[in-house]
Amino acid sequence: MAVIRISAPETAEKNEVIEIKAMIQHPMETGYRRDERGDVIPRDIITNFRCGYNGEIVFEAEFLPGIAANPFLTFYLRATHSGSLNMSWTDQDGQSWSATHALTVA
Amino acid sequence: MRAAFAFLLGTLAACNPQPANTGAEMDLPRGVVRSGYEFLQPETRILQDDDFENPGLLWVQQGAVLFETPMQGGPACASCHGEGGRLLTGAAAHYPAMESQSGELVNLEGRINLCRERYQGAPALAYESSELLALTAYTASLARGMEQSVNITGAAAPYYDAGRAYFFARKGQYNLSCHQCHDENWGRQLRGDTISQGHGNAFPAYRLEWQDFGSLHRRLRDCDSGIRAEPLPYGSETYVAVELYLAKRAEGLVMESPGVRR
Ligand code: HEC
Ligand code: HEC
Repeated sequence: MAVIRISAPETAEKNEVIEIKAMIQHPMETGYRRDERGDVIPRDIITNFRCGYNGEIVFEAEFLPGIAANPFLTFYLRATHSGSLNMSWTDQDGQSWSATHALTVA
Repeated sequence: MRAAFAFLLGTLAACNPQPANTGAEMDLPRGVVRSGYEFLQPETRILQDDDFENPGLLWVQQGAVLFETPMQGGPACASCHGEGGRLLTGAAAHYPAMESQSGELVNLEGRINLCRERYQGAPALAYESSELLALTAYTASLARGMEQSVNITGAAAPYYDAGRAYFFARKGQYNLSCHQCHDENWGRQLRGDTISQGHGNAFPAYRLEWQDFGSLHRRLRDCDSGIRAEPLPYGSETYVAVELYLAKRAEGLVMESPGVRR
């Protein structure tokens, strides 16, 4: 279970620039650390984040092992029409998590 | 970390020679009690105070969901303790506390596991498992901002004494006690860190060094390993007793969990 936290306005004026914050619970294990017995802790990272706005990708990010645990992103977009923001995170093995946020544009 | 403690050892040995533990040392005076929060960098304080960015809130949120989820062998926590934990508001501020059925001192983690076993027909959760951390974080968050206040009288008294004794005992290859760092040297630098008074009011907390959320026992294990003493097992009776001593010693401070620490 990966917990997701999203902070974004529910309503916006047409063409307003809005701030989106998104955080996901994930260890972002680099693959460079060792455990108490000296064994390598295998790499386990999210590699991709995407935000779709009614299906169109409006923000995308590539994550590398240097990104801290529980990655937190803040980004901005122009609110042009009502619809849904779909945010998804995909890890190195193709597993993904997502959350949807409804936005009403007056 | 190792270098940091070696450095401290030199400093303490040079300017603060201590007699062997006599049991007569002074507790932290009432008037000077200060939360570890006050010793943090401003950036770390901002992270703790932010209602969105505090990473500990991920565990609180996870705990809120678990709290409302019925188990196969019994009802959800919420069906006994109220929707949104209504009936547990402030409870965490009084832990550790004596448990009447077993006659033992339990901390919050132990209390939650008792409820799972007794009332939910579910096995106890492992210490530091994400579920136990989440339920503890959630329950502790219901007491956020409230003053810590524990009962150390009656059957709790021997636990308090044991916790205090551990706090004052020198141990490890560095032969240091909790007391020497957290009563006698708080406010001083230990390399990059400022030594705080060692209160537990922010725990369970998110530590940037861990890149993870963890219990007070994980923090205590770090302090014990720092002085090259054998850390006690998670949930050990002695650590729960130390927790009681710490909670009494921190009286007047408010609960900060989910705290953020370096
Ligand atoms: C060599 C010095 C040293 C000793 C000995 C030591 N600690 Fe610590 N402790 C630290 C440092 C450094 C930190 C991290 C910075 C701070 O003080 O919050 C810390 C942090 C803590 C914290 C977390 C405080 C907070 O607000 O986040 C607690 C609780 C604590 N110690 C308890 C103990 C206990 C109990 C013992 C004895 C078992 C102990 N410490 C022994 C140096 C020490
Ligand atoms: C069937 C009812 C029931 C369920 C389910 C249950 N509890 Fe409890 N819980 C109790 C009772 C009864 C007590 C008081 C026991 C006592 O006084 O010794 C209690 C005590 C507690 C306390 C201490 C309250 C205080 O004021 O000291 C906490 C914290 C707690 N429960 C958390 C939980 C959590 C978390 C869950 C879910 C994992 C849970 N409980 C599930 C009945 C329940």
